[in-house]
Amino acid sequence: MRRWIEKQHSILDFTLSSLLRRKAKNISLFLVYTLVVFLLGSAMLFTTAMKREALLILKDAPEMVVQRLLMGRYDPIPMDYLNTIKKIRGVTSADVRLWGYYYDPVMGANYTLMVPHHDPPAPGNIVIGHGISRVRTLDKGDIFSFRAYDGRVQSFTVTGELSAASELVSADLILMADADFRILFGLPDSRATDIVVKVRNQKELRTIAGKITELLPDTRPIIRDEIVRTYDAVFDWRGGMVVVLLIMALSAFIIFAWEKASGLSAEERREIGILKAIGWETADILAVKTYEGSLVSFLSFSTGILAAYAHVFFFSAFLFAPALKGWSVLYPDFRITPFIDPYQLTVLFFLTVVPYTVATIIPSWRAAIVDPDAVMRS
Amino acid sequence: MIKLLNVRKGFNIGQSNEFIAVRGVTLTLAVNGITVLKGPSGSGKTTLLSLIGCMARPTSGRIEISGDNDILKNRTIDSVEVTSLPERFLTEIRRRTFGFIFQQFNLVKGITVLENVLLPSYPLGEKYSFVRPRAEMLLKMFGLGERAQTKIEWLSGGEMQRVAIARALMNDPPVLIADEPTAHLDSKLSSEFMTIIAQLKNSGKTIIIASHDPLVFDADSIDRVIVVRDGLIDGDGK
Repeated sequence: MRRWIEKQHSILDFTLSSLLRRKAKNISLFLVYTLVVFLLGSAMLFTTAMKREALLILKDAPEMVVQRLLMGRYDPIPMDYLNTIKKIRGVTSADVRLWGYYYDPVMGANYTLMVPHHDPPAPGNIVIGHGISRVRTLDKGDIFSFRAYDGRVQSFTVTGELSAASELVSADLILMADADFRILFGLPDSRATDIVVKVRNQKELRTIAGKITELLPDTRPIIRDEIVRTYDAVFDWRGGMVVVLLIMALSAFIIFAWEKASGLSAEERREIGILKAIGWETADILAVKTYEGSLVSFLSFSTGILAAYAHVFFFSAFLFAPALKGWSVLYPDFRITPFIDPYQLTVLFFLTVVPYTVATIIPSWRAAIVDPDAVMRS
Repeated sequence: MIKLLNVRKGFNIGQSNEFIAVRGVTLTLAVNGITVLKGPSGSGKTTLLSLIGCMARPTSGRIEISGDNDILKNRTIDSVEVTSLPERFLTEIRRRTFGFIFQQFNLVKGITVLENVLLPSYPLGEKYSFVRPRAEMLLKMFGLGERAQTKIEWLSGGEMQRVAIARALMNDPPVLIADEPTAHLDSKLSSEFMTIIAQLKNSGKTIIIASHDPLVFDADSIDRVIVVRDGLIDGDGK
């Protein structure tokens, strides 16, 4: 055992000196390898963290939302539907919601306008999200004007700003009074955007949804789980799009690694011949190449993942944000809660380390199994 | 004693470029002394040398290493038929029995003189604190003590030759095999090489050299000259 350890020690020593001897080749491999792990790792960490963030937010979302449909498309819901829904057994509470989108031609951005249930701003006042205050450089006391549905200009005073901590959902949000909302959009008092429903027993959600459709055939109940699934699919699609691009980068990397790591130079082949001729076994040479490959892989993988972690969680994934955070002009400025999925990390490890190691070892093995007398005849 | 029985070695067998380098050689090489395999280029002497040194297997025939325990160092058996041994055992016999000095020196570039000399000892798993003084002692013996930390590429041809000899002696093998050792040396350095070889012979080493250099096969220290021509033994004497 002691001899085996001493042997590995000597072989490792030789491996390190081999790596240093081929500095340029190994540094270029390390840089490309690290870059690929960084890009793939960033995409994976970002999409996983975003999905988790969305799930955390949706945890507090209403269990059911009821919308009215007209010709198969959304239509404001009549207020009197509320009483019908409230009377259904199992419904704890039902409330109307007023919210909508406003397109700001100055910024080319869409804002979400909403009337909160609790403490709505007084008529004439609004509370704005951090994203809006940032792009419009608005502060408390400033006036914000909207063009109403009939073309008239409505002005409001900014009385507050939503906290930056909730920016993922509130970047483009504007809170206003019920009356102001209706004037701005021309929404009659008899209509609302939708109705949120709470039920006593979660297991009865689908039954109650069925009852609502039966009593109010022109409505569509949407259950929270369906929203969660939609968000999941959206982020998966966004992540997937980037992952597809990055898989192409990975393929390019594999070709690069094959070329660089596997393409043994005449000098390297000669060296293997010398080592065999002076008494090294094929296994010893493979050990050198395995250590070489493992060291480059391990260093690159660790550096790439650490850089990806810093990029996503400390620098808010600034490279990917435009592609992955959504289509809005007002990109939320927020820190994602650090979260790592060990499964994805393992997948990434095998996607990068295995091809590289194979690329390194196979040609070395092919070179190492030649008769050592080849070096005498060269 | 090293015995070759009707040994043949061919390359690219069964292909259009088939070539037979050694055509049925039977030969016995005694322990101790210097033997030279003499012959023109392409005569098959390097191939014969690599077969004797367990670097390659013959296409047919047998090679046996036998006799005293000096050759089968650290082995309890009297003789071994090497041609049928698996690679691992053949390698072990090669590194414990033979030290090689190549025509092109075949030193590893980019590492120091000391590291080059240490290379054959790595697979043995001996302690660094044990092998390093041995390597340094060998370098001193060949006047290279001061050059231990120099990179190989900074050495002169003569110095490289001496590093190659030191490396061949690293595992203290009983047999030294040298393939055209003076091919890249001038007359002065060739004479120096032969002096070193004579000293090694006096210290009890068996030396087998392939060469067509008169400075080698005409040297006083040579005990036996075997003439190789067209893959066959064409003469044997002093």
